[in-house]
Amino acid sequence: MSFDPLFVHGVHWPEVLIVVIRAVVAFAALMVAVMMMIWFERKIISDMQARVGPNRAGPFGLLQTLADGIKLFFKEDLIPDKSDRFVFKLAPYLSILPAIVAFAIVPVGGVMSVAGHRFDLQVADPPIGILLLLAMSSISVYGVMLAGWSSGSKYPLLGAVRASAQMISYEAAMGMSVIMVVLLAGTLSTRGIIDAQATTFFASWNLVRTGVVPFVIFLVAVTAETNRPPFDLVEADSELVGGFNTEYSSIRFALFYMAEFMSTITMSAVIVTLFLGGPDGPVPHVMVLDQLVPVAWFVGKTLLFLFAYVWFRAALPRLRYDQLMDLGWKVLIPLSLVWMLLVAGALIAGWWVVGLAGALVLGSVLLFRAIRVGKGRGGSSAFGDEIGAGRGRGPVGVASLPGRWTALSTAAAPATSLSGTGSPRGSSRAGGSGAGGSGAGGVER
Amino acid sequence: MSTVVTVVASIGPLAHLAGAGLLGVVSRVDFATFWACAVIVVVGAVGVVVSRNPVHAALMLVMTLFAVAVLFIEQHANFLAAVQVIVYAGAIVVLFLFVIMFLGVDRDEDVNQEPLRGQRILAPVLVVLGLAGVLVLGIGAHWAVGAPSVVGPARGQPGGDVAALGRAVFTVYLFPFEITAGLLVIAVVGAVVLARRPPTAGQDELSVGVPGDQVAGSDGGTAAGTAGEETPAGTDAHATDATGQPGPAGDVGVSPELAGSSEPQPVPQPEPHEVAP
Repeated sequence: MSFDPLFVHGVHWPEVLIVVIRAVVAFAALMVAVMMMIWFERKIISDMQARVGPNRAGPFGLLQTLADGIKLFFKEDLIPDKSDRFVFKLAPYLSILPAIVAFAIVPVGGVMSVAGHRFDLQVADPPIGILLLLAMSSISVYGVMLAGWSSGSKYPLLGAVRASAQMISYEAAMGMSVIMVVLLAGTLSTRGIIDAQATTFFASWNLVRTGVVPFVIFLVAVTAETNRPPFDLVEADSELVGGFNTEYSSIRFALFYMAEFMSTITMSAVIVTLFLGGPDGPVPHVMVLDQLVPVAWFVGKTLLFLFAYVWFRAALPRLRYDQLMDLGWKVLIPLSLVWMLLVAGALIAGWWVVGLAGALVLGSVLLFRAIRVGKGRGGSSAFGDEIGAGRGRGPVGVASLPGRWTALSTAAAPATSLSGTGSPRGSSRAGGSGAGGSGAGGVER
Repeated sequence: MSTVVTVVASIGPLAHLAGAGLLGVVSRVDFATFWACAVIVVVGAVGVVVSRNPVHAALMLVMTLFAVAVLFIEQHANFLAAVQVIVYAGAIVVLFLFVIMFLGVDRDEDVNQEPLRGQRILAPVLVVLGLAGVLVLGIGAHWAVGAPSVVGPARGQPGGDVAALGRAVFTVYLFPFEITAGLLVIAVVGAVVLARRPPTAGQDELSVGVPGDQVAGSDGGTAAGTAGEETPAGTDAHATDATGQPGPAGDVGVSPELAGSSEPQPVPQPEPHEVAP
């Protein structure tokens, strides 16, 4: 178990000062990073869409976010009459807090020594480490959920329900891919996790050591967790106006916006920590550079993922709600369970695991085949209409979605969103109301 | 009532811990943390009971759970604190909120209605009994588990409390742990089986399904019967849809935001989406 070398000699005023400075610097850096990230995203998106993008405020439009922020500060702060005023005001802060707190556990660099004090370049290294990330991501549901509820109108509530169901569903897959990393590292501490990956460049990263699958699962789950496209059903503009933040304006809206980008940055940093060795990389043995180059490695790897997120947004169409839930519950969770067995087996049994893997692959292929055959028996299977609706996936596609949502009764909308809660009650309702099941089937046939 | 017991159960051991902390060698930081969190715990617990609005009560519960998690950290039970936040604050209260928001109990309650007869007399008695039980268990833990604590002090153990707990759960207490896991799986499977519709059921939603559906359906009927009725000016009763007209469903049964669309209504309802562009 690794401890921050800062506290080896006990806690006195210099140590407290260093801790405070670390926290303030991390907070400021995160804020600036959010500003830059918004600009970065808008620029990249506009490049990909053959537009110019922001180019007025400052060089290359760099200050555009600042200008937007100032504008939002001076806009009128509207609170709807029907809202629950206290919760309405509380929700943006509940949304932004987890994103900030989760960043505290990310190791930004190696051990730094200033004036005789050696300390880790990370805000905190608690013994629970990565569990803090899971705790914070489960807390971040509250911001969205309460914002939607307290607004007191339909679309925000629907958006909030979708959001919370989505976030809860993908948390499971996310947690399980974290477990695999923890199994390999043997510790929950993020510092311990990057230390365990630091032996050789690339080959010792968890990306390779766990097999690429947990990395992919984590990437997808995190994208859903932060409500980024293509999983941004929370604010699906074409269906929900603005989603959970429809009723928000001025700086409260900006806080939600910032929270989204902040959690994107935090999660990218966490991916780097868990799977790409954090600040691990070739370092020149020169006085100051050996402390700064790891930070550069970390920032570079994080930028890679930030770019990937922007790319996702530009390239991928938004998933339909049932597709989203299918992906979470029927693909990611079983896959991560199976892979976790493999990783755990490999840890204790060595090459035996090859046989185990063979058996598992054979078994899952058979199971998959059986499910396909079962689906082929038609929509009136033992599971009711829902399977029939699932079959409509391919031909119905995204294109016919608006028609289905507006032309058919609106019963389809909540029914579909409820079916995603994964709760038995919700799914029974989605099948039972007939709109979700027969609606899709009707288009298909 | 169960909330009260839960809250009391979460406060109970703290009194014990407080005694240990104050008598032992603790720094001023620990002292300040303890009192700050203790105040938050008590305020949150009182708030859960006093709040008229169920959503506010749930938020108060979250506050209490958080403060308890901080107190766990103060007692070097780091893993317990993380699990407290992940499971209780992150999952269970979220489920509470789901239910509150969807079943439309998110309006202020009428306190004069008494669903359970004699609960006002019974409640303090049960609270006192529960508190006494928790205190007795806390003082004489040998009686309950045969040891003063399950894993011993986490401090000083190799790997800290996480490793100590892991060793305890997967060695000494392996069978209770696995049996509990099996029990949970059985509960989930049972819930799925109970909630699944019979395969022959057609489109008739109101005749089949879980009892909750029927209640909601009948409530929807009541709501439709009183359509156009002026809704009480509560903070959360929103019978006005996007068009600004009075909504079809009152504030009975399901949440008003969803009452017009999610539940099949016996009477055809004007759909808000028809006027939306």
